[in-house]
Amino acid sequence: MSEPLLRVTGLKKHFSVKGGLLSREVGRVHAVDGVSFAVNRGETLGLVGESGCGKSTAARCVLRLLEPSEGKIVFDGHDVLGLSGGDLRAMRRNMQIVFQDPFASLNPRMTVGAILGEAFTIHELASSASEREDRVASLLVKVGLKAEHMRRYPHEFSGGQRQRIVIARALAVEPKFIVCDEPVSALDVSIQAQVINLLEDLQADLNLTYLFVAHDLSVVEHISDHVAVMYLGRIVELASARDLYRHPRHPYTQALLSAVPVPDPKVKRKRIRLQGDVPSPMNPPRGCHFHTRCPIAEARCRESAPELKQGSDGHFVACHLA
Amino acid sequence: MAPLLEIKGLKTHFATDDGMLQAVDGVDIVLNKGETLCVVGESGCGKTVTAMSILKLIAMPPGRIVEGQIIFEGRDLVPLSSSDLDDIRAKEIGFIFQEPMTSLNPVLSVGEQIAESLRRHEGLSRKDALARTVEMLKLVQIPNAEGRVHDYPHQFSGGMRQRVMIAMALACKPKLVIADEPTTALDVTIQAQILDLLQDMKERFGMAVMLITHAMGVVAETAQRVVVMYAGKVVEEADVDSLFESPRHPYTQGLIRSIPRIDLDSMHKTRLEAIGGTVPMLINPAPGCRFAPRCRHAFGLCSKQEPVLREVAPGHRMACHLGDTRGETR
Repeated sequence: MSEPLLRVTGLKKHFSVKGGLLSREVGRVHAVDGVSFAVNRGETLGLVGESGCGKSTAARCVLRLLEPSEGKIVFDGHDVLGLSGGDLRAMRRNMQIVFQDPFASLNPRMTVGAILGEAFTIHELASSASEREDRVASLLVKVGLKAEHMRRYPHEFSGGQRQRIVIARALAVEPKFIVCDEPVSALDVSIQAQVINLLEDLQADLNLTYLFVAHDLSVVEHISDHVAVMYLGRIVELASARDLYRHPRHPYTQALLSAVPVPDPKVKRKRIRLQGDVPSPMNPPRGCHFHTRCPIAEARCRESAPELKQGSDGHFVACHLA
Repeated sequence: MAPLLEIKGLKTHFATDDGMLQAVDGVDIVLNKGETLCVVGESGCGKTVTAMSILKLIAMPPGRIVEGQIIFEGRDLVPLSSSDLDDIRAKEIGFIFQEPMTSLNPVLSVGEQIAESLRRHEGLSRKDALARTVEMLKLVQIPNAEGRVHDYPHQFSGGMRQRVMIAMALACKPKLVIADEPTTALDVTIQAQILDLLQDMKERFGMAVMLITHAMGVVAETAQRVVVMYAGKVVEEADVDSLFESPRHPYTQGLIRSIPRIDLDSMHKTRLEAIGGTVPMLINPAPGCRFAPRCRHAFGLCSKQEPVLREVAPGHRMACHLGDTRGETR
């Protein structure tokens, strides 16, 4: 098997919490607490979990939009954490991101043409203004908009159209890899489907690799080849999408999947009710992070943290009892 | 049996700089005693404005109920003044909002906020109201209710805040609870807890629930009857089983087919059926069916004449020219 496009090993990101008179560090949020995964070329890895599990932080560390505290990130044979300045900028041409909120991620004072054209200027991908304009026009067509839209401002577009513009901006530099950070959660369901279909078409046409971060389990199953489930800064389970959704092994994954409402009143599923809330990542529980809400926790779960171990079938799970 | 709530020909419009925005444009909804009705639709379809119009919770101006009746237990609420409505709000009709952080008062403890309606409507003393409040917090399963009754909203997590909202809405045992996207801001495991809680409370108090949502999965799991809205109008209405089994309106069909589902094996990696285009502007909308520009079945009549709700099966109504043999044919 060929080397994966992206390999992340032991990624950690801690944020210090300052307080008191002298702004001393009074605590640390362990947002990402030792996460490892790989994404194969042309595939999609879904990263799911509830709010605060660290999925977005992990994705942003991969692009170095946040500086990881620890760990190793190898992208296309290069050590991402060892790069700086021009090398890092060159690397970023290959790694782009689509953010959640298309209202906040487009500059309201720039026309769509200027927003997209900027990428060509920064990475010196167009030699003249007319070439730049041609490329902007073809980009817009590629994402299902029209060339004449380049003269408009973001507020003239609906949410779904804006997300298309954000995707066009990510594609402008012809990247190999795109982080999609909750790309459809701000959109209405009928528009969600349009954007998901667009992302799938683009992946097939351009051989793109996606890291797809989302909380909607149905969407993640639909688009992903592999899925990693995060809980409180750690990956608890990682497997092929099919395997993970059909045969979840971690009690958290099982509860999470059973809580998803199914749009069919005839389907009556047994719901595993999780008690309580997710503990604070500033003060995570000892041992397995999930033991405080786990229906089957034993004494050892409170003592030692289970490692993410691979089963014979390539299914990774971090649980003493699975 | 007379319905608990009957909305007839409701039109709520908003004055904007560009003209009148017809957010709700002729909506009929009937809600029976003890029933759970889901109103489903995408943003801007008018579902929230419809719900807010019932208790006049919309800003007026710019909003205005232009036409229609809202009959609650035989009494039309539309002509009532705001102070008359105060006797109905929270006492007869409770309201649960989407964002519990912005709808709770940050400078009052949750206990004071829940007790407020008990003292206003039931004339309880401060002490008795507090006792009832603690009882309500226990009922919605807030751990250590006696201690937490004096806490402020920011000291609660999102799910716990929504429990507080539910306790507040139910404190006076209303006959109807309107819940506007009560779980949209919550994670899926917390959403499941809150939906279960709503169901438990409904069974305990025998109240009717009007649940406003955009999520078809939530509809399928909670509703008895469903109203589908699009661009300020009701396009389809049916009991939950027939709606999901045989959706008649092209918009409802599109909504159901456009969502990826985790319960079906065969669906995996098949293309989603997206509905093309976007929701129309509701200022000077074009004549005819409002869904016509996005409808794959649209034909000549659709852009000329507005379809009216008609019964297609017992208890199943929809507004679409397709298959309508009474009027012009294609």
